[in-house]
Amino acid sequence: MSGGQVSSGPGTDDVGADVDCGSAIHQLYHYLDGELTEQRRSEISEHLDYCAPCASAAGFETELRQVIADKCKDHVPDTLMQRVAQQIEAERRKQVDIDPEREHPE
Amino acid sequence: MADQARFSDLAMEHMPALYSAALRMTRNPSDAEDLVQETYLRAYRGFGGFTEGTNLRAWLYRILTNTYINSYRAAKRRPEIADVEDVEELYLYHRLAPSDGTLSRSAEEEALASFTDDEVKAAIESLPDSFRMAVLLADVEGFSYKEIAEITDVPIGTVMSRIHRGRRALQKALHDFAESRGLVGTAPGRSSE
Repeated sequence: MSGGQVSSGPGTDDVGADVDCGSAIHQLYHYLDGELTEQRRSEISEHLDYCAPCASAAGFETELRQVIADKCKDHVPDTLMQRVAQQIEAERRKQVDIDPEREHPE
Repeated sequence: MADQARFSDLAMEHMPALYSAALRMTRNPSDAEDLVQETYLRAYRGFGGFTEGTNLRAWLYRILTNTYINSYRAAKRRPEIADVEDVEELYLYHRLAPSDGTLSRSAEEEALASFTDDEVKAAIESLPDSFRMAVLLADVEGFSYKEIAEITDVPIGTVMSRIHRGRRALQKALHDFAESRGLVGTAPGRSSE
């Protein structure tokens, strides 16, 4: 019953006729993720071209994903940057102590 | 074979994204810093095994994920909830849309803009580990199913199922926030209960 709200597309058209709203919505994530075969991708794309309710849902899912990505950013503490840089430098020196060749390769 | 001397030039720019992911995974700034630091140390040590020109970002995430699973998840002994509540597709959309079924562009923008950064972060952090990682890698980091399968070492079918179920659970969590703010109610006649 999922996608019930958008199951009343025209359905009589030849364009995208292989795709009903139920299967379009069911495969929406695969579609938006770019993980469908080219043929299936274009079938769903055609369906979205003529089915306004499905297109609206697809637009929402796309927008939602963008919002999630945008709102999940954090500022890296400067101290962390410094700690990592120092740690890598310390590790490099440790390796040079073990194998002085590393300092001047060739 | 990648040259260790080039490590900092290539790898440091990925730190903001790795730190955000670490925060979502550990849910704790101090653990997140330790996780990122440990990840960079392991990456530096293992950099000889990285092939330059291949996907460095995915390689770093793989180390981050493994380090998290091995060190932090084990240490916390957080019980992994086997599953998340499975809700229907388009959960949030159906609850924001008016009863004629189509959400206007402006109503959509208004609803989505109303979520604060903290709410979105908390919604992601509310997901069980494996779902959280899958959603994070797909939706925040934009990795493909195949890349996520390689990063998290699980079959691609499992990745897909985690991403899809995780997204639906995330929508439920976001809806719960919106509802608690009185922004949305349960859409009339659409309750699945």
